[in-house]
Amino acid sequence: MSILVLADLHEGQLAGATAHVVVAAQAIGGDIDILVAGEGVQAAADAAARLDGVNKVRVADNAVYAHQLAEPMGALLVALADDYSHVLASASTTGKNVLPRLAALKDVSQLSDVLGVESADTFLRPIYAGNAIATVKSDDALKVITVRTTGFDAVGSSGSATIEAVDTVVENTQSSFVKQELAQSDRPELGGAKVVISGGRGMGNGENFKLLNGIADKLGAAIGASRAAVDAGFVPNDMQVGQTGKIVAPDLYIAVGISGAIQHLAGMKDSKVIVAINKDDEAPIFQVADYGLVGDLFEILPELESKL
Amino acid sequence: MKILVAVKRVIDYNVKIRVKADHSDVDLTNVKMAMNPFCEIAVEEAVRLKEKGVATEVVAVTVGPKAAQEQLRTALALGADRAIHIETDERAESLAVAKLLAKVVDEEQPGLVILGKQAIDTDNNQTGQMLAALTNLPQGTFASEVAVDGDKVNVTREIDGGLQTVALTLPAIVTTDLRLNEPRYAKLPDIMKAKKKPLDVKTPADYGVEVASKVTLLKVESPAERKGGIKVASVDELIDKLKNEAKVL
Repeated sequence: MSILVLADLHEGQLAGATAHVVVAAQAIGGDIDILVAGEGVQAAADAAARLDGVNKVRVADNAVYAHQLAEPMGALLVALADDYSHVLASASTTGKNVLPRLAALKDVSQLSDVLGVESADTFLRPIYAGNAIATVKSDDALKVITVRTTGFDAVGSSGSATIEAVDTVVENTQSSFVKQELAQSDRPELGGAKVVISGGRGMGNGENFKLLNGIADKLGAAIGASRAAVDAGFVPNDMQVGQTGKIVAPDLYIAVGISGAIQHLAGMKDSKVIVAINKDDEAPIFQVADYGLVGDLFEILPELESKL
Repeated sequence: MKILVAVKRVIDYNVKIRVKADHSDVDLTNVKMAMNPFCEIAVEEAVRLKEKGVATEVVAVTVGPKAAQEQLRTALALGADRAIHIETDERAESLAVAKLLAKVVDEEQPGLVILGKQAIDTDNNQTGQMLAALTNLPQGTFASEVAVDGDKVNVTREIDGGLQTVALTLPAIVTTDLRLNEPRYAKLPDIMKAKKKPLDVKTPADYGVEVASKVTLLKVESPAERKGGIKVASVDELIDKLKNEAKVL
């Protein structure tokens, strides 16, 4: 078997997710190649070649692959896929955008968000926002898979794989890049943060969300919210953690003034440690929290901030 | 311009799901079903484009069992003009749905196809991208803004860590993310009117598409149950536990 891993790039550099995808590829077994595609990606290719367990890094460095637009990236993968039994990418917005195009053009199904490998053709993946785990077997000749990186460790970077150029250049007249605005926050991004602190309806209003800022600063945390807080207009929708928002699994999740509706729990219950702060000691959130603190969040939050 | 909107019937997002005792699947018996939330956003966007005069007709389509006509009627009540039901009781995976939708695109020749980015049951996040590949059309996935401008559409996409805007030639495929819009509720008179709007029923065989997939669902399990922990009495105790017991600080 041979596996192609599509490298994740962040502002032209190799993203951390790729080292996790390589571990998923190792669990499948076989030779592992990495495809680095973009424009001006030599540094990312060098970093990919240092990942342990990698056979070969293939580099498609061309303006048509800049920003990894779906149309040329899909076509590139189609051109390379015949050499492989599996094509993997992280379940990042790039992997999710590109891989289904490859699957459709090769007339195979895709397995999304794989979080466990049973064998080369059998995988575990979450369905219903992680409220159930499906074991699925694929009899397709080519397995196209996106990997939920929280399910796999990362390989080290003491390797020295060979790097070879891919000459395939495709045409793209259908889509063009206009602009990109990456959040210039000092805080980590919600999906990848090690610590997340979220507020719910109990916060009372949007202004009170500022009470979370100081704690988030001290913990290097991202700030999230429950759907109830979003629906009440306290904060924008991109902060929403839950089944219809972001799914997070940080090392530490602090839920403040969140009752624990199913739809919220679906988005955070895979966190390693959950802390709940709520004045209602019957709130369902306490049933999933490792540490619950019953009390008035307007007293607890300033105290917590000062003592951290 | 005609807009095609794909919708899916799924379990209502407020329902707590149960895995069947034999672990064959999730138990959907007597469970409240609804239109997938991301599909509601897709319908809303199409209707808004029609209200703005950008679109002339909105056609809703679904692939699913007979009961999925309820969701088509919902789409019609929200403002779609007519509907197509591709009826099947088989488990239609993303690839099969994309193949069926590609046939509908071929027939209807829409200027824009809008789909939800994913369904909250299978969580695949594939159908729109697959449809784009099969129809050889450009895609704007995870859209938070859609701006039609002549023979192009600018789509602002929710990507990890921020936003990306791409310009696509029309026709194009768009999949919706949460921030695109806030769907309206159907009003009673519109629900009544929707009952009279045209709804065509087809089968996968009519389009010559095989629904069966090469992926077998072997079993479905509940995730490891999370045990409730302890209540702490004070902020000091909480910090102590996080530092010394959980070791996350």
